[in-house]
Amino acid sequence: MRNKIIFPFIGWLLCGVLLLLGLGCGRSDRQSQTLTIAGSTSVQPFAEKLAEVYMKLSPGLLINVQGGGSSAGIMAVQQGAAQIGASSRELHGAEKNLHEIVIAWDGIAVIVHPSCPVDNISLATLRQIFAGEIKDWAALGLKPHGMHIITREEGSGTRTAFEELVMDRLEIAPSALVQDSNGAVREIVAHDPHAIGYISCGLVDNQVKALAIDGVLPTGANIKKNLYKLTRRFLFVTARQPAGLAQEFCVFVLSHQGQVLLEKEGLIGVH
Amino acid sequence: MLTRERLIEKVLLLLALSAIGSLALITIFIFLEGLPIILKTGVRHFIFGAHWAPTKGHFGILAMILSSIYVTLGALIFGVPLALACAIVLAEFAPPSLTRILKPTIELLAGIPSVVYGFLGVVLLVPIIRGYLGGPGLSLLAAALILGIMILPTVISISIDAMNAVPTLYREGSIALGATQWQTVRKLVLPAARSGIITAIILGMGRAIGETMAVIMVAGNALSIPTSILDSVRTLTANIALELGYASGAHREALFATGIVLFIIIMILNTAATLIAGRK
Repeated sequence: MRNKIIFPFIGWLLCGVLLLLGLGCGRSDRQSQTLTIAGSTSVQPFAEKLAEVYMKLSPGLLINVQGGGSSAGIMAVQQGAAQIGASSRELHGAEKNLHEIVIAWDGIAVIVHPSCPVDNISLATLRQIFAGEIKDWAALGLKPHGMHIITREEGSGTRTAFEELVMDRLEIAPSALVQDSNGAVREIVAHDPHAIGYISCGLVDNQVKALAIDGVLPTGANIKKNLYKLTRRFLFVTARQPAGLAQEFCVFVLSHQGQVLLEKEGLIGVH
Repeated sequence: MLTRERLIEKVLLLLALSAIGSLALITIFIFLEGLPIILKTGVRHFIFGAHWAPTKGHFGILAMILSSIYVTLGALIFGVPLALACAIVLAEFAPPSLTRILKPTIELLAGIPSVVYGFLGVVLLVPIIRGYLGGPGLSLLAAALILGIMILPTVISISIDAMNAVPTLYREGSIALGATQWQTVRKLVLPAARSGIITAIILGMGRAIGETMAVIMVAGNALSIPTSILDSVRTLTANIALELGYASGAHREALFATGIVLFIIIMILNTAATLIAGRK
């Protein structure tokens, strides 16, 4: 009696497994219609926006945008898991063999709570703060209170760019709080009047205040003219000269329409 | 008929073995990925080094080991008295009607996703700590409090089972000798259920040390060794989850090596729990 129940059960189980396998195969067959972009979480929201608009323009195409970080994206391209890797840091070492396309410029904004009276900071002071040499707001002429420094995790494109542009080979203090996304850094700074952090300029909103660096505010015009010092490039990385879907998408991103879209989202176009 | 039965047996055995197989695969994979970097850095430097800058070639995880231990101890300090009190009430004092409501409620606590605990911590607890106690709010204290709540269901339900396993005959004997109900609980039920309660605490410890999401959200993840409970800390689990997305090369191996250390700590805890539970 028990057999009669168990046997069909196992039969169904096997059917299920086979069905899943079948679905898996089916998906790889459709891969030709799918474009996968993986990489930097700084680029991700912009890539998603571009993908959304481009998918409307060319029905039947599926663009899959994944995060994971610049390094993960570059690795995915090297291993063929993604056609396009999004990177918010420069390529180094063996990665230089890959093909890179600059899609936009981005500034890194140093942000504080809107109630913080500081508006301008020098690059040298900023370096001292993040190196842990200045630990109190009193050093900037404010009421004495411990500074809460917020940084990104090791390996993050924003952090790597910040280290290259600001830190001059000093290390970011180990006492700094570490958050794993631009949004999380902004969230903390928005609620802590004594915090200071840095995020991608495109993601600054009215919850936080972006500081001027050496008197230059991170505005689009200043970044475009290369006056603002904390500026970095956003890259699309492909294994070789892009072809097929990847190439069509890159052409769209660099077109007037694509660039206007990026500028509307807060980045600075390449033209 | 017999062959069919044997076939089913074999298939089920195979399915059962697949669980052990996946455990073995995970173990082998973690060790293969992580061990080379530990040996290259040197076990002493890896475990007792306090400088973690993996993209610059420094792989010391002492701060994270200590943070994991502090956070877990903190969680036990907050969670265990609360859990034990709750378990004693539910097992010994509460009328059955109350138990019927309370027990499922506590079990529901175990079903809440950890990201929800983390979110509540960030939104409610962290501003309170920042406002009243100072510091950035994201701290050892916040993580310990959140984890203290998260281990409650584990500790409570296993403790209740342990106390229920004490024969009613003992209790009746104690009451007959003139002991009050509290004296009976304190002098008889708790000592008799001791090994079960210790197992419950160790399993709670395992849960606390392995928790990741909630800790990342409320602990601040700073790399220094904490000197006060208001300092931000980074646990072993948080280190892996935070950095894995961006890691490549030696950095990635070092994160797997962090996993090895965590794996060994949890294996020790689980083995201890099994030994104590078996020694009734």
